[in-house]
Amino acid sequence: MKILLFGITKDIIGSSVLDITNFTNTQKTVGDLHSYLQKTYPDLKKLSSLAIAVNNSYAEESTTLKETDEIALIPPVSGG
Amino acid sequence: MRYIRQTVLREFGEVAQEKLTNAKVIVVGVGGLGIPVLQYLNAMGVGTLGLVEADTIDITNLQRQVLYTEAEVGASKLATAINKLKAQNSTTIFKQYNTFLTKENVLDIVSGFDVIVDASDNFATRYLVNDACVILNKPFVSGAIQGFEGQLSVFNYQGGPTYRCLFPNMPAANEIPNCNDNGVLGVVPGIIGNLQALETVKLITGVGEVLSGQLLLFNGLQQTYNKIKFTTVKENLKRTELEDSYGDNGCSVGLSINIKDFKQLVNTNTSFQLIDVRTIEEYNVFHIPSSTHIPLAELGIHHSKVKKDTTVYVICQSGMRSKMAQNQLLKNSINVIDVEGGINAYRSLETV
Repeated sequence: MKILLFGITKDIIGSSVLDITNFTNTQKTVGDLHSYLQKTYPDLKKLSSLAIAVNNSYAEESTTLKETDEIALIPPVSGG
Repeated sequence: MRYIRQTVLREFGEVAQEKLTNAKVIVVGVGGLGIPVLQYLNAMGVGTLGLVEADTIDITNLQRQVLYTEAEVGASKLATAINKLKAQNSTTIFKQYNTFLTKENVLDIVSGFDVIVDASDNFATRYLVNDACVILNKPFVSGAIQGFEGQLSVFNYQGGPTYRCLFPNMPAANEIPNCNDNGVLGVVPGIIGNLQALETVKLITGVGEVLSGQLLLFNGLQQTYNKIKFTTVKENLKRTELEDSYGDNGCSVGLSINIKDFKQLVNTNTSFQLIDVRTIEEYNVFHIPSSTHIPLAELGIHHSKVKKDTTVYVICQSGMRSKMAQNQLLKNSINVIDVEGGINAYRSLETV
């Protein structure tokens, strides 16, 4: 599963794209993915407002995932 | 005749031009984003332009705020921008607001305009603009940047989603870096600001499709443009009041002083300690005489420099880091007073 990273999530994870395999074998939802990423990259827990998109649409924590889905982690940015 | 290069467009024409002439647009922030927005809206013939800004021009602004020159460093952004915009288009009516947006002034300022362009540089203002626009039922064109990336969307447009539908809660002060702390490539606000100008024109004229319910994510390093669809959370449209506080995510519990009162205090030579928590580079550019310099990062190891027998004030460049310093000191039971708006606000008093 391909995860596109934006803003501070790119700095936390250390690249602009993250590829994880076989994730949907055991866990199923956006919420599960979010928890898994937070466990692997603890700094993600600091983000109180993080939008997660699946295939270019805003997703709820309960949205189910498929191996072929493209995910995006989108924190707000404030600069002007 | 002046606008013939756009009125000749079949989809645009005299009808759309007339709509621009009658439109009233307010731009919040005359910095990296606000400058291209204002230059293009002014060039294209938007009849009334409002500007909200209280900052002064700093040498570090010049790599992205391309309206300003070296000779204007230290001058008011608002006055400088308006002079240039008047020269660019003498028919535009300008309304100037020499202030930062606050909970107290936002509804009065924004209510006289049809469209709001959020070109601000902090979350507190972004959530304030969102909430005010929902209350007043006005659309706003939002742009934001960080590093090599930008975000763009039109919120609260004809029942469409709001900023809070995408990001429900305001991040804490130290959660997401801002341009001052983390940097931005000079051209990025130019790109996003120009796209904001385009969305504003489409919104006013009805030409094309407004970027509502979609967030454009621009990544300059890979030259990618992703569009994310999102929907309205109905609850967010029902707002009738502003939040109680927008400062520092509402978690700042210490006292603060407004910049005019503080300036008076400095002038009258009352005895107090002023701690400046900016970097040494910023401190060397300008500082208030007799201030104690302790960079925010070193505050933890220099508690002993904070005087116990006098009133202590804490200041930074724009008022963000001083609040963080205040909260940090408070955890160690040290009470200090935050100087609102920081050195930027202090210096703007000199030039007005």
